[in-house]
Amino acid sequence: MSEDNKNNKKKQDEESIIKQAASEEYRYGFVSDFETDVIPKGLNEDVVRRISSLKNEPEWLLEFRLKAFRHWQTLKLPKWGKVNMPDIDFQAISYYAAPQTKTNDKKEIDPELKKTFDKLGIPLEEQKRLSGMAVDAVVDSVSVHTSYRERLAELGVIFCSISEAVKDYPDLVRKYMGTVVPYTDNFFAALNSAVFSDGSFVYIPKGVRCPMELSSYFRINAAQTGQFERTLIVADDDSYVSYLEGCTAPMRDENQLHAAIVEIIVEERAEVKYSTVQNWYPGDKDGKGGIYNLVTKRGICRGDHSKLSWTQVETGSAITWKYPSTILKGNNTVGEFYSVALTRNYQMADTGTKMIHLGKNSRSTIVSKGISAGHSENSYRGMVKVAPNATNCRNYTQCDSLLLSDTSGAHTFPVIEVGNDSSIVEHEATTSKINEDQIFYCNQRGISTEDAVGLIVNGYARDVMKKLPMEFAVEAQRLLSVSLEGSVG
Amino acid sequence: MNNALKQYIDLHDENRDAITAHSSPQLNALRQEARKTLEGAVLPRKGSDDYEATDLNAVLAPDYGVNISHVDLSRESTTKFRCEVPNLSTCLYYVFNDTFKPSATAGKSGDNASVESFQNTKHPEALAKYYGTAASLSNPCTALNTMLVQDGVLIYVPKGSHTTRPIQLINVFDANARLMAVRRLLIVLEDDAQAKVLVCDHTKGDQQYLSLETVEVIVGRNAQLDYYHMEESDVNTTRLSQLWVRQQEGSNVLIDGITLTNGYTRNDYHIDVDGEHCDTQLLGMAIASGEQHVDNHTLINHNAPRCQSNEMFKYVLNDNSIGAFAGKILVKPNCPKIDAYQGNRNIVASPAARMYTKPQLEIYTDDVKCSHGATVGQLDQDALFYMQTRGISLPVAQKLLMQAFMSDVIDGVRLDTLRDRLRHLVEMRLSGDSLICESCELKK
Repeated sequence: MSEDNKNNKKKQDEESIIKQAASEEYRYGFVSDFETDVIPKGLNEDVVRRISSLKNEPEWLLEFRLKAFRHWQTLKLPKWGKVNMPDIDFQAISYYAAPQTKTNDKKEIDPELKKTFDKLGIPLEEQKRLSGMAVDAVVDSVSVHTSYRERLAELGVIFCSISEAVKDYPDLVRKYMGTVVPYTDNFFAALNSAVFSDGSFVYIPKGVRCPMELSSYFRINAAQTGQFERTLIVADDDSYVSYLEGCTAPMRDENQLHAAIVEIIVEERAEVKYSTVQNWYPGDKDGKGGIYNLVTKRGICRGDHSKLSWTQVETGSAITWKYPSTILKGNNTVGEFYSVALTRNYQMADTGTKMIHLGKNSRSTIVSKGISAGHSENSYRGMVKVAPNATNCRNYTQCDSLLLSDTSGAHTFPVIEVGNDSSIVEHEATTSKINEDQIFYCNQRGISTEDAVGLIVNGYARDVMKKLPMEFAVEAQRLLSVSLEGSVG
Repeated sequence: MNNALKQYIDLHDENRDAITAHSSPQLNALRQEARKTLEGAVLPRKGSDDYEATDLNAVLAPDYGVNISHVDLSRESTTKFRCEVPNLSTCLYYVFNDTFKPSATAGKSGDNASVESFQNTKHPEALAKYYGTAASLSNPCTALNTMLVQDGVLIYVPKGSHTTRPIQLINVFDANARLMAVRRLLIVLEDDAQAKVLVCDHTKGDQQYLSLETVEVIVGRNAQLDYYHMEESDVNTTRLSQLWVRQQEGSNVLIDGITLTNGYTRNDYHIDVDGEHCDTQLLGMAIASGEQHVDNHTLINHNAPRCQSNEMFKYVLNDNSIGAFAGKILVKPNCPKIDAYQGNRNIVASPAARMYTKPQLEIYTDDVKCSHGATVGQLDQDALFYMQTRGISLPVAQKLLMQAFMSDVIDGVRLDTLRDRLRHLVEMRLSGDSLICESCELKK
């Protein structure tokens, strides 16, 4: 075979591998057969009231929702992201969908539900769990099961759905909700504040180190609904918690909306580690369907010496718009953000973080790794702001982009504002494709091009992966290699 | 519509005939389009995208006088203004406020290059062909300039021609009242041409001045241009400048923007690399103290494959000064083998100084090597300590380190004599000395 032919064949091989990757099925695309109560589509004050009454909420919460809703009506859909945001018809979405469980006893698990979560690889029964990870399972608008609650309660740790928390711990919820992300924050925050359904509530009391990983699993099941998750995590003085979040949705041709708010409050000397493996349905190979993941996540290191660490692996969603941020209010606080975002086909991801340094000697680290394949767009958007009084702050930012096809895009939009002369802020970014020499080296040693790409990408993302809790790291690594399968270009 | 903008639109509407009468037809051809763009336009708010630190509304709000009737504002004794680079002999031209005036050494570059005002140019065909082709009216300042401009300077270097002496253009503000100068510069290098252009900004008197300046640069195939801009104005001077460059295949361009003293400056650099095998160097530095405000905004559009670009901006900020930098490298689809670097390094040397930086990459092709780095920090304490242990006083040590910090921008200058001069100027600036040449009228 002549040299040209060989090259051609190699190219064809690569192209066929790309095609395979594009047709790689989404593993979690099934639909479960629950009976689901769905309220009619549309959004108006009555719907907000109805959601509130369905959840038997107190008056103050309804007021909160209505205020948020009225504010939302004055806002317009923001268009500044580097994504092709279509006009979303907010009247064509149903804002509440509750799967009906057949048992009323909270301790018993509905068999259909159990089947669903077994299929997703999330066993809900406590004895089956490996190392003891408490799970709050949320399907559509309702938290269906929370495990290990009693054991946690012995330590004073509160881990339940936010709806239950509103009933059982109204003072705590009222004290903290909306303090980090007020409903006036942005368009989706206002929407979420008006119609939020379920999510997790975590409270770690003073001096307690949470003995197990807490996790939420979000599942969209019903069609033509939106999921409006609301999570609130409070770590009181000297406490520690590691919280994980996972998400999947069925394969549908329509786009579904997931607009969440996550608020984290970290008090003195406390530490919160928040990890996400986001695997919403990304749409098919032509970009049809998929979840719009438009979330507001923000934490505040309120007390001195506190620490908040975000780790995220983003592989799903048609559109991702997500900036987990940290307000470093206390002195000597630490903020971290580690992210791997992989986009392929026609996915669009605009993600990054904000580190707002208000406290003296606060430190932050940002490591963001973007991988774009197919026709996707992958952007890092971030801000590091050092207030004039926040002296001796330190930030290091690194954002790298790897391009796996010549039709994809990789972008970085960082903003740095420094207001004093004792802080040091560094930002570095690179964009390139996979090093051909490395692939060649692997090929030489008998490793196929596809495996070599997997190796190189996993190595590239390693800085972030090693920050994930062990159970999740394995899952995330597998997810990355499955998603990558054949994205060699 | 903002009032700041409206006053100039009204000014134009009221004096339309006068403005048109004093301008060449090429300028009038675009004027109405610019007027239309500004109709209903809103000046970007401070803090909005691309204007993080600069408030155009505030800058344009004062009621500046504009030389509508296009009277000759030049001074008679042009020779009194000096802006010397020792051992460098240049072809010298002045722009007094907005009036072009050649000096005694003008037109002696010993080649076919010509430097003329738009109205008296011997190359009206070049003006007609290139005027307005690089600049985009989407920039509000460029649109404002295009609407109000009556004359400008055309630097024309014909095909294959090399200028032997650098062309030096000195912009001087010298007026008795608050004044806005609408300045326009068009640089055309035909294929294989070479030129070096040095532009300096100076201010005389304590009036409030606004320089609304649009520069268009057309660089033909395999042509080479060095463009140095030195700003040595004073606190009363506001400068809104937009530099638009179009590069053809194989061309080589160096843009160097240096701000030593100024009031309030906003520079936009917009470079379109349209041909393959181009080299683009975009360098900049700012040394700011007092209430100085320096905002540099850059965009390099890689529209063709196999090119390289290198960008580096450095700032030293003292006192209450504000520095801003926003840069973007954009690689269009199907432009492989682009090697682009963008750097922004800043020293914040006072608690009240502020730095805003926004380095950006937008990449649509995979086979490229693009990176950027941005840092905001202070002088190395260890190095300062080391020097002090060797008997070098703290202020001197600081000055030495800052000079060293600026050296990679200074080293990028491709004219030996200018590089030496710049090094000297930076040293004087850091020591707080006056930068004005001994024999210059401004010295008094």
